[in-house]
Amino acid sequence: MSATTTGRRWRPPPFIANPWLRLALYGGVALYLALALGTLQVNWGRVAEGLVRGWAFVAAFGSPDFTSRWAEIQEGMIESLTMTVVSTVLGVALSLPVGLGAARNLAPLPVYLVCRFIIAASRSFPEIIVAILFVKMFGFGPLAGMVTLAFATIGFMAKLLAEDLEDIDEAQVEAIRAAGASWPQMMVYAVQPQVLPRFIGLSVYRLDINFRESAVIGIVGAGGIGATLNTSFDRYEFGTSAAILILIIAIVMAAEYASGIIRKRLQ
Amino acid sequence: MPTIPLPSGHLAWRRRTPRAVLLRWFGWLLGVLLVVQCWEIMNADTIWEFVYDAPTQAGDLLGRMWPPRWSVLEKLWWPLWDTLNMATLGTALGVVLGVPVAFLAARTTTPSLAIARPIALLVIVSSRSINSLIWALLLVTVMGPGVLAGIIAIALRSIGFIGKLLYEALEETDPKQIEAITATGASGAQRIAYGFVPQIMPTFAGISVYRWDINIRESTVLGLVGAGGIGLQLNASVSRLAWPEVTVMFVAILCTVAVSEWVSARVRAAII
Repeated sequence: MSATTTGRRWRPPPFIANPWLRLALYGGVALYLALALGTLQVNWGRVAEGLVRGWAFVAAFGSPDFTSRWAEIQEGMIESLTMTVVSTVLGVALSLPVGLGAARNLAPLPVYLVCRFIIAASRSFPEIIVAILFVKMFGFGPLAGMVTLAFATIGFMAKLLAEDLEDIDEAQVEAIRAAGASWPQMMVYAVQPQVLPRFIGLSVYRLDINFRESAVIGIVGAGGIGATLNTSFDRYEFGTSAAILILIIAIVMAAEYASGIIRKRLQ
Repeated sequence: MPTIPLPSGHLAWRRRTPRAVLLRWFGWLLGVLLVVQCWEIMNADTIWEFVYDAPTQAGDLLGRMWPPRWSVLEKLWWPLWDTLNMATLGTALGVVLGVPVAFLAARTTTPSLAIARPIALLVIVSSRSINSLIWALLLVTVMGPGVLAGIIAIALRSIGFIGKLLYEALEETDPKQIEAITATGASGAQRIAYGFVPQIMPTFAGISVYRWDINIRESTVLGLVGAGGIGLQLNASVSRLAWPEVTVMFVAILCTVAVSEWVSARVRAAII
């Protein structure tokens, strides 16, 4: 090689090309970390004490206790599963009109704005906060949880449906309209076939999410396995907690596997 | 092609055969039955009197939430700083723990397909199935309430998310570049550093920022189970039925979430 390159080692180019920006970012990150860690209030004595309990919990995973609270676990699981099914069906059904209305190419402006507002309202709050409000309104129990999950489902499904509808191939719509189709016929024969497979796939995915969320909103009294789990933690019955967590993981894994198969068959 | 005879003797096109129509009808019937059955089981213990007066309750709640008590805002800056820290430090810890898991889980980089990969996939699926609130619930029981429990809960939940998306990116890397690096006699570590890392770097940065954005959203509510941040104040106000304060906290949470979403969208747009 030529003499100019000897003694110089090649280096990969940095991820952020501008050296000033890079330095400023590194400096900012260092400053933030110093501030954040400096203001972190941790009761280390309590944490050290907790390590023993933490170990007891890890050990509980080795011998989960399904039997002693089986009645409660079973009731919670049935509540969670039924909530999941009803809320997904209801939410998906309601998300259809909202999603249609939120697609700019299909809906007039006032309808579009109303539907976009519904979507934004449903997406901006975490499920558990919505659950607090619905529990106040509907009383404790799975109905409040179901309404929460259905509400969250509307925002999720309607947003994705609206995006799909805005991306449809206009040529097909044009062709069906040229054949003299009415508006409902146009929806059924030109629009629906283009968005349906993905919509079904997303619904199955949402079923999955709703089950996971149903395990959480029980903490604020909205029914489901979350309440059982919360009680078991409060009583320090780690064997029962471990059993519930294992059941949740198993059901989510099974649901993910099933939804993967369904989505593959649809495509 | 399925057809149906018309009175005029011609055949008209049909979309499905009669058999398919019947099968689909039966499928719908089963589906509806399932939903109705679930509804029945779910509402076995519902007290409908409480449900019927829900509109009254909602009106009552709104009446109590208004006007907001803005003076509570000055008590919220510190919890908001805690919330930000829980999300950011939790994401950082999640990245540190999630990246090795992703390398172990990806078919292209795993040291052993038989042992390391299934274990890494199990870690990812366990972390993903359990919401950070449940992790927080567990950690608060174990190590006491506070920000640390929140940070670790966020980190545990982030491992699965980052691990899954990153290992998928690793499996989709262009094999030509890796082969070229290997052909120069690179060791395993050098292959990762010069073959894989440059290819996944933009995806990795995007995933991390995206997860940070989700974590901000989640850390606002972790306080409900005692893990610090603004959720702790929210829980206190809800238990005291101090609804005017709750309104202010909702606004604060909404603004935080909106800002984090905006930051994350800007950063991701700059990277990609």
